[in-house]
Amino acid sequence: MGAQLRVYKRRIKSVTATKKITKAMEMIAASRVVKAQRKVQSSTPYATELTRAVTAVATGANDKHPLTTEAENPTRAAVLLLSSDRGLAGAFNSNAIKAAEQLIKRLEGAGREVDVYVVGRRGIAHFNFRERKLAGTWAGFTDEPSYADAKKIGEPLIEAIEKATAEGGVDELHIVYTEFVSMMTQTAVEARLLPLSLDEVAKEAGESDTLRPLYDFEPSAEDVLDALLPRYVESRIYNALLQSSASKHAATRRAMKSATDNAGDLINNLSRLANAARQAEITQEISEIVGGTAALADATAGSDK
Amino acid sequence: MAAELHVELVAADRSVWSGEATLVIARTTSGDIGVMPGHQPLLGVLESGPVTIRTSEGATVVAAVHGGFISFADDKLSLLAEIAELADEIDAQRAERALERAKSDEDGAAERRAEVRLRAVAVR
Repeated sequence: MGAQLRVYKRRIKSVTATKKITKAMEMIAASRVVKAQRKVQSSTPYATELTRAVTAVATGANDKHPLTTEAENPTRAAVLLLSSDRGLAGAFNSNAIKAAEQLIKRLEGAGREVDVYVVGRRGIAHFNFRERKLAGTWAGFTDEPSYADAKKIGEPLIEAIEKATAEGGVDELHIVYTEFVSMMTQTAVEARLLPLSLDEVAKEAGESDTLRPLYDFEPSAEDVLDALLPRYVESRIYNALLQSSASKHAATRRAMKSATDNAGDLINNLSRLANAARQAEITQEISEIVGGTAALADATAGSDK
Repeated sequence: MAAELHVELVAADRSVWSGEATLVIARTTSGDIGVMPGHQPLLGVLESGPVTIRTSEGATVVAAVHGGFISFADDKLSLLAEIAELADEIDAQRAERALERAKSDEDGAAERRAEVRLRAVAVR
């Protein structure tokens, strides 16, 4: 076998092995998307009921709660970015990070100090590389987040927002995550979690200006709101985590699918080249044999004379 | 047929039970409360503990809820809890083991969780 042919054969073999791996990863990601989507769906009843309850209390009760009132002069804000632990997901992480960077820049442009909280190793690595101080980081569960993880993330955030701004607390809480629109579309979105804007919450719950019943609060409206809002924030974070993980798997699936397709194309091209090389080798051998016989025939013809 | 109320018992990550009921008893921070159809709209904070639901077929469903809320309006009642389990799903022996383990580890939260589970099983 000629040297050229051997090189092609070796490359075909290695690309075939890569293709097998990407194909497997694509299939794993595809099954995980379905699972993650199911989790998003099963968390929806809790989120909608909670949203309804929050709207009910917040519109029913007249008193002002720190979590629902906007600071007159917001000076500090917290940004929570949800990225993933692992890459190989196309532009998934870079889109989310870009959205977060833009938001941070905008907030800083508005004269606010920004505390950055990051979930997922990719995001952490990005900010560490740029030597930005992070207020909090979490990693290790982005593939399959549980409610306990959301609680863990929510705790310091709620604490920060309840603290006075002068003592290192924050006035606003923003979240950047990747919304799962469909298998093909995932968009990085940003949302302000706190202070709660009630109009938006009501819109989300799908309730227009219908008359809401006058609730009886047990033990009191204030206590209910106190207990309700942290749960609401946690459930929003949980939902964002789940959407983000579903998006990540969908992005991985897409990236791996195009990698598999590319590997297929590469194999096709390489086998064509290998075929051409083999053909060239055969042609050369034939012409060598023909040339050899001709030379031999000439030689014997000469000696006969 | 007596009036009914629609009950949705949802945990953070799943819907645990839903159906029609005639009476729901839950423990709020200010004491036990029983809700029957036609009750005034209500929103309360729940204590960890068993919730008893009397279904319209006359059966009784007991669930252990770990914190959460009760909200009732227009004959629709929702029980929201971070963690909620039906008493039928709870493995009493496992809960007991968990309780002992939590006691020896002095893990207050786990101990409370296990206790709530056991109370729910006892009511059943």
